[in-house]
Amino acid sequence: MRERHLVAWRIGGEQGQGIDSTGEMLATVCNRLGYYIYGYRHFSSRIKGGHSNYKIRISTEPVLSTSSDTDVLVAIDQETIDRNHHELVPGSIVIADARFSPQLPEGCPARLLPVPLTQIAQDLGDAVMRNTVSLGVSAYLLGLPLQEFEKALQERFAKRPELAEKNVAVLRAGYEYAQEHLPRLEWTLAPGDGKARLIMMGNDAVALGAVAAGCRFCAAYPITPASEIMENMMAILPRFGGVVVQAEDEIAAISACIGAGFAGARALTATAGPGISLMQEAIGLAHAAEIPLVIVDTQRGGPSTGMPTKQEQSDLFAILFGSHGDTTRIALAPSTVEEAFYDTVTAFNLADKYQCPVFLVSDLSLALNKQTVEQLDLSRVTIDRGLLLTDEEIAAQAEEDGFRRYRITESGISPRPLPGQPKGQYLATGVEHNEFGKVSEDPRNRVAMMDKRWRKIPQDPRQMGLQGIKYSGPANPDVLLVGIGSTFGPIDDARKALSARGFSVGHAHVRVLAPLPVAELSELMAKATHVVVVEHNQQGQLLQLIEYKVGKALREQGVDLPMMHSVRKYDGTPFLPAEIVARAQEVIRYAEAS
Amino acid sequence: MLKLADFKTNEKSWWCPGCGDFGVLAALQRALVDLGKPPHEVAIVAGIGCSGKIGNYINCYNFHVVHGRTLPTAMGLKLANRRLTVIAAGGDGDGYAIGGNHFLHAIRRNVDITYIVMDNQIYGLTKGQVSPTSGVGFVTRSSPHGNIERPVRPLQLAIAAGATFVASGFSSDIKQLASLIKQGIEHKGFALINVYSPCVTFNKVNTYDWFKETLINLDEDPNYDPTDRAAALAKLIETDEQVRGLVYKAEQPSFEELFPGFREEPIVHQDWTMPPEEFEKLLARYR
Repeated sequence: MRERHLVAWRIGGEQGQGIDSTGEMLATVCNRLGYYIYGYRHFSSRIKGGHSNYKIRISTEPVLSTSSDTDVLVAIDQETIDRNHHELVPGSIVIADARFSPQLPEGCPARLLPVPLTQIAQDLGDAVMRNTVSLGVSAYLLGLPLQEFEKALQERFAKRPELAEKNVAVLRAGYEYAQEHLPRLEWTLAPGDGKARLIMMGNDAVALGAVAAGCRFCAAYPITPASEIMENMMAILPRFGGVVVQAEDEIAAISACIGAGFAGARALTATAGPGISLMQEAIGLAHAAEIPLVIVDTQRGGPSTGMPTKQEQSDLFAILFGSHGDTTRIALAPSTVEEAFYDTVTAFNLADKYQCPVFLVSDLSLALNKQTVEQLDLSRVTIDRGLLLTDEEIAAQAEEDGFRRYRITESGISPRPLPGQPKGQYLATGVEHNEFGKVSEDPRNRVAMMDKRWRKIPQDPRQMGLQGIKYSGPANPDVLLVGIGSTFGPIDDARKALSARGFSVGHAHVRVLAPLPVAELSELMAKATHVVVVEHNQQGQLLQLIEYKVGKALREQGVDLPMMHSVRKYDGTPFLPAEIVARAQEVIRYAEAS
Repeated sequence: MLKLADFKTNEKSWWCPGCGDFGVLAALQRALVDLGKPPHEVAIVAGIGCSGKIGNYINCYNFHVVHGRTLPTAMGLKLANRRLTVIAAGGDGDGYAIGGNHFLHAIRRNVDITYIVMDNQIYGLTKGQVSPTSGVGFVTRSSPHGNIERPVRPLQLAIAAGATFVASGFSSDIKQLASLIKQGIEHKGFALINVYSPCVTFNKVNTYDWFKETLINLDEDPNYDPTDRAAALAKLIETDEQVRGLVYKAEQPSFEELFPGFREEPIVHQDWTMPPEEFEKLLARYR
């Protein structure tokens, strides 16, 4: 029998039928068996009804993308088959509930295995447990140990033992049915390494990173796909003496964080595009009054309400250029769930160090898709509060020439007191002010303050100790693929596939959106013939940004920009590696032919 | 011993001579002295408009925020450091127009902050437009044919929304106002003090003399019971809110006291280091 190292399993049915929790269960078990997982949820902005499905890629190697093929499709209804059959490949199977007399379209290479899922569940208790039956069937066919599933079910229903028992019985019945009635497959899943890792989504990692970094205040307004961050904080913070407020709107949420940041707490708000729009005025205040806070943007389909449950990366301009007046930005862009954890910690340290809002740029795929994460290393978490003044330092300053909160320094960073410290009283304000915090419209002061705030934020991520670009590939690639955020996995897969086809390909993933790693990018781009920017938006926001910033840097060095190509996707679905391969090949060939 | 001078700054005022806000500033400084709160333990979050400039003239930690957002900002500040005396201050436009929704939600949360609204029934700093508390028929630059919108009644609104402390002040009676502010600060939970603070430049209707004639002093009425919610609402309806004094007061736990895991130690003073065994517990659900 053939051993496979990567299997794609997908379950589909009506939203509200427990599709998600069934996928979660399989993912949890596979994780415990030492497989790497990448989950992808397809869902709509409604609570019940409508098609939803959950795809899990199970691999013996790290996997960070979804794919265009399915090996095992569990169909709770005919719609699942109708919508997903195009993914079925030779050797694949469809485990379909016999209840609806499933039909495969003509020519479909998959093998249809009707199983009385509902019937079995009904016989042992309740039709709603049909998903659990399908898990038993899947366990048998994939050759996964039944006991692990039993254990996971018992944990899940720990508070309702009778329900746990029923589910275990149904699971076994599914397994046994498969054993008796279904043919063995010609392939099996290679065993996992047995090393249990973590499995979580970006929103989990952000909350964990925040709490580890000392964040004890969170205010947010529920919005897809950011809500889990606030929910996680609500679940965790009471144990650590922190507070979470579900605000009345995003303006209140960010204002509360600014108030907490002024007080000296580490504060977090998490939102998506519409929330970022509402927050813009307050972001300007935080910049002008020099208040630290962390803002997470889990981007989704825009503009306006757009597609709330769909993947997009179209808030880059809003993050960089939003708010009025001249402001500077720091924006970190994790590309994996693991990075989301460490970047959140870094975001808090940078916010305190530079006394400004720091963005964490996420997107729906990163926010909601579960992936395997290696053990998170708490020893890598440090809390750096930046320049805080002691009571003595404040007293000495006050004595000397009056306390200057917004002291003009060479670095641009003015050491700050926290409310409650004697003699440090000042006026924090978005109105232009002098070193003491007093309102000032003096032209010389205005220029000095504007320049101070500009100067304090470095123009290169390396000056902040950050990795601006994550690069893989040969030293002098002919083709340079560039992306940001969750497209890391698909681009990485595409790079490997393109290299296998003889292209000399490198992959530069942007890890810091602001300040953009212009020097590193120009160095890489100067050597490449083609640059292919891969992004989830219509107008090529990342491409435009690179052309504008890196193009300028290259011109200054007397170098022309290489051929710039754009691979854009804004239909709401995440990139599949195959799409990037095909389109990158197309643009390169076209460019070379013309 | 604290003195009034401890709360003063040497900043020259931008307010017009005779502005009602001078009285509010004096009463606030008086209240803080009486309470013995040292300036560094007091934080004031002020909004935009003439009233929002109050932070320039009082020595304490001040935060001058964007228009209408004093209450959520003050909430974050208080929740981060519950040892501070946190006061939000703004005008009728700031609080009841742009910040109207925050007003409702600050009331329902009952965070321990004191909210002082300098209500002059007009937009002063933008030179005389109609405000949410302007009376019907009021002629302003933005209502040249007379105001056709009915005014917000903040005291009734607050009580109806579940406020636990509601008072009405008049800026020319500094003594009473200082006493109301003091009670508001001492009150555990959200305290609203709406202050009739005349705009001498743009509001020629709701003048000092007009208020002196119309305002009924509840503090001088021995039959008025400020703990009776229905009676308070009835009085406000009957008088069209032309009252001053303590209107309503109830004892309710504050938001921060009710929040699960409440600690006396303010967030900013806690040790934020994550113990490895606690971190392991957090990770357990992801295995």
